[in-house]
Amino acid sequence: MKLLKELSKKGSNKFFIEDFNRYDIKVELDKNLLRDEVELPDINEVTLIRHIINLSHRNYGVDNGFYPLGSCTMKYNPKISEEIARREEFLYMHPLLPEDMVQGNLKILWELSEYLKEITGMDAFSLQPAAGAHGEYTGMRIIWEYFKDRGEERSEVIVPDSAHGTNPASSAMVGFKVIEIPSKNGIVDPEELRKVVTDKTAAFMLTNPNTLGLFERDILKISKILKEKGALLYYDGANLNALLGIVRPGDMGFDIVHLNLHKTFSTPHGGGGPGAGPVGVKDFLKDYLPYPIVEKEDERFTFKKPEKSIGRVRSFYGNFTVLLKAYIYIRLMGPEGLRKVSETAVLNANYIKEKLKEYYPPLVDTVYKHECVLSGKPYKKYGVKTFDIAKRLMDYGFHPPTVYFPHIVEEALMIEPTETETKETIDEFIDAMIKISKEAKENPKILKESPHTTEISRPDEVKAVKEMKLKW
Amino acid sequence: MKYIPLTEEDKRKMFEEMGITSISSLFSDIPEEILLKRKLNLPPALSEKEIVSLIKRTFKENDLTERIFLGGGAYFHFIPSTINYLLERGEIYTSYTPYQPEMSQGLLQAMFEFQSVMSDLTHADITNASMYDGASALAEAILMGERINKKGKVVLPKNLNPQYREVIETYLKPRNIEIIEVDFTEEGRIDIEKLKSILKEEVSSVVVQSPNYFGVIEDLNKLGKIIKDSGALFILSIIEALSLGIIKPPFDFGVDILAMEGQSFGMPLSFGGPYLGILQTKKEYVRQIPGRIVGETVDKNGKRCFVMTLRPREQDIRREKATSNICSNHALKALVALVYLATVGPRGFKKIAEINYKKAHYLAKRFNDEGFKLTFSGPFFNEFAVNLPFDENELREKLSLVDIYGGIPIEGYKNSYLFAVTEMNSLEDIELLMCAILEG
Repeated sequence: MKLLKELSKKGSNKFFIEDFNRYDIKVELDKNLLRDEVELPDINEVTLIRHIINLSHRNYGVDNGFYPLGSCTMKYNPKISEEIARREEFLYMHPLLPEDMVQGNLKILWELSEYLKEITGMDAFSLQPAAGAHGEYTGMRIIWEYFKDRGEERSEVIVPDSAHGTNPASSAMVGFKVIEIPSKNGIVDPEELRKVVTDKTAAFMLTNPNTLGLFERDILKISKILKEKGALLYYDGANLNALLGIVRPGDMGFDIVHLNLHKTFSTPHGGGGPGAGPVGVKDFLKDYLPYPIVEKEDERFTFKKPEKSIGRVRSFYGNFTVLLKAYIYIRLMGPEGLRKVSETAVLNANYIKEKLKEYYPPLVDTVYKHECVLSGKPYKKYGVKTFDIAKRLMDYGFHPPTVYFPHIVEEALMIEPTETETKETIDEFIDAMIKISKEAKENPKILKESPHTTEISRPDEVKAVKEMKLKW
Repeated sequence: MKYIPLTEEDKRKMFEEMGITSISSLFSDIPEEILLKRKLNLPPALSEKEIVSLIKRTFKENDLTERIFLGGGAYFHFIPSTINYLLERGEIYTSYTPYQPEMSQGLLQAMFEFQSVMSDLTHADITNASMYDGASALAEAILMGERINKKGKVVLPKNLNPQYREVIETYLKPRNIEIIEVDFTEEGRIDIEKLKSILKEEVSSVVVQSPNYFGVIEDLNKLGKIIKDSGALFILSIIEALSLGIIKPPFDFGVDILAMEGQSFGMPLSFGGPYLGILQTKKEYVRQIPGRIVGETVDKNGKRCFVMTLRPREQDIRREKATSNICSNHALKALVALVYLATVGPRGFKKIAEINYKKAHYLAKRFNDEGFKLTFSGPFFNEFAVNLPFDENELREKLSLVDIYGGIPIEGYKNSYLFAVTEMNSLEDIELLMCAILEG
């Protein structure tokens, strides 16, 4: 497919804004600053629209089909939220308008915080972080400030070996030293944890259910070990889709959480973003939240700066329209609906695991939560890797699951079906996976050469690094 | 529960095949004492019809005006219809980070084109595939500068957007990076003599915002030379990206890292977000830039294609040794910026920038003619500060009578207010604004 630059033809763009010649004002800027020409593609609107549509034809989203990308919760995005979030009212909503002109918006932000408090069992929320990892950063920054305030020198953060890569990265960005502990049968071993928790430990970061899709059943023991040493327990909310209305991080002993609204509360991922990563805390940390946060005084909503706030983590209030979509989703589902979301997501994941376990063995055969991690290891002896299985799935019309993560499972395939799929779709996926296992044994070549049906196949990643062509 | 399609019959069959009798057996691994033994205390589910009227009612509690003369980090610009059309493409907005290039060539090519268009616009070697917003991108730029220079100090100008300054403080406080402030002159520009004396010390980077918080365009030529001679990195922050339509490409001034807010490129004000962080640098620093980067390559049949590249800098591979923790970026917004720039084209972009300049200067002239003095004398783009003989409440009251909102008070300057004028402000609105200020 051609690039915009290759479609460009001098004089082709006829965009017209307005003339402003009624008053004689010249652009009088220092010549050293003034620009002559702007180098942009010169394209007419018809060509541009066709280009965009052709790009979209070469892309795959949840609206195209099954997208079982583990730990990313690629569920269907309600269209009504999109429609509402694109209403004209937003075009004119400047973030510096005074509070009394934007009471409706503040109400939505406040109510959303209240809902998130109830769903997570936390006491206060900041909606400012723009993504899950941004929320993690905010959380770790709060923990840093809290201990500094108390005069305690705690320089270490512990993460399990199954942790999302963002956990150690977010901790390191705040300046913490990261200590990794091994899991046992896929979950945290409290004894291993006990060995490394000291009075230097600031926090333990945990995803529950974890990236294997397993519930950390020793969570109360884990929480106790940390509390005894005065350290905090941080909840990575990437996998909350499994627990809505069933168990709350606040009730498991977590002191601080971030949520990925774009995952659990079904706002579109937009090809990688924007997202929203609100941070919730227990009472003793609420004064450290980034500002501004919305409070209700009588019937009026107002922005407040918490007393010991860590500051701002971005401009203004957060990704407002993403927050609005999450708000709409919660209102559409209601309490029973949210619980059903988790029950169904868990049912679907376990169903897949049961049907596929003899072909792709899980690390442990137990109940999973919203995702299951299987292994493509049995096919290595035929020269087939999980990578090839993933590529072959595309020929069957599916987006592959997350592969090679978590690192602790050899040839990992992390499958997260979510609750929004039909049984027919899930069965088709299972059938494809079984057919692929047969192909792997009988005709590995077909896997090694896949995908056959996509626009391109097996890009040369080494060339991309060596020759580094990052613009046209 | 509209979005959960399993039927009772489906579930029965699944249970049967799994050898279970109830959903609760799938939650047997959760300790009994932490299970929530009640229903979540949330409002009952609404239908689509009900949510639409609820949101409509809620928005009625806002006081909306299209007559906005506000900037201060978010700018009111025209959004071409091509953008909303693009945003309706589910194949793009419901997709994720393009981990599987075979199924994501559309987005990958769009990101490559975004990187290319942005690099052409500013003469950067490298543009990443976007950050959260201009403020967090600037904070990341400073951390990046510190990784490169490791001198432990950054110079921030006092005419930097205060919200950006606050974000930087949040990011730097635990990192032992000292902030040194540099003053500004009566022009509203960075005091170059003072900067020179500061730069006698070793600093990692110097941040310049242009147009700065007061709307004033800095002397980028001089600043570029002075900063370069000192050995520090030149980090430029651009918040009103439309100014690039009349100002020379930043990398021509010797900029090392550019952190930009892309909201002006087709994004609605949306009460502050989502916006678009744009981060750019020179080739020699490519391995230090945070975030996603898309590169061109060929597939196994030699066909041109695009992939995420230089991944070993990133959090999911390098974990605590990554350049940053950023993984979700603002890809959809990057795409909006790309479509915006392609829609308006080279002449349209320049023209819109000129109209912004002219309209703002027209309003400034009207103020001047009526005897109100601009607070700073430096050259400006589409935003400027003016001294008015009223306090904040009086000003607001006057303007609200004509349904106008504008005038951000400048801290430390009594009765000085920032006004932004864009292509969205009509001449009639400008006259209305002047009338309101002159009346009574």
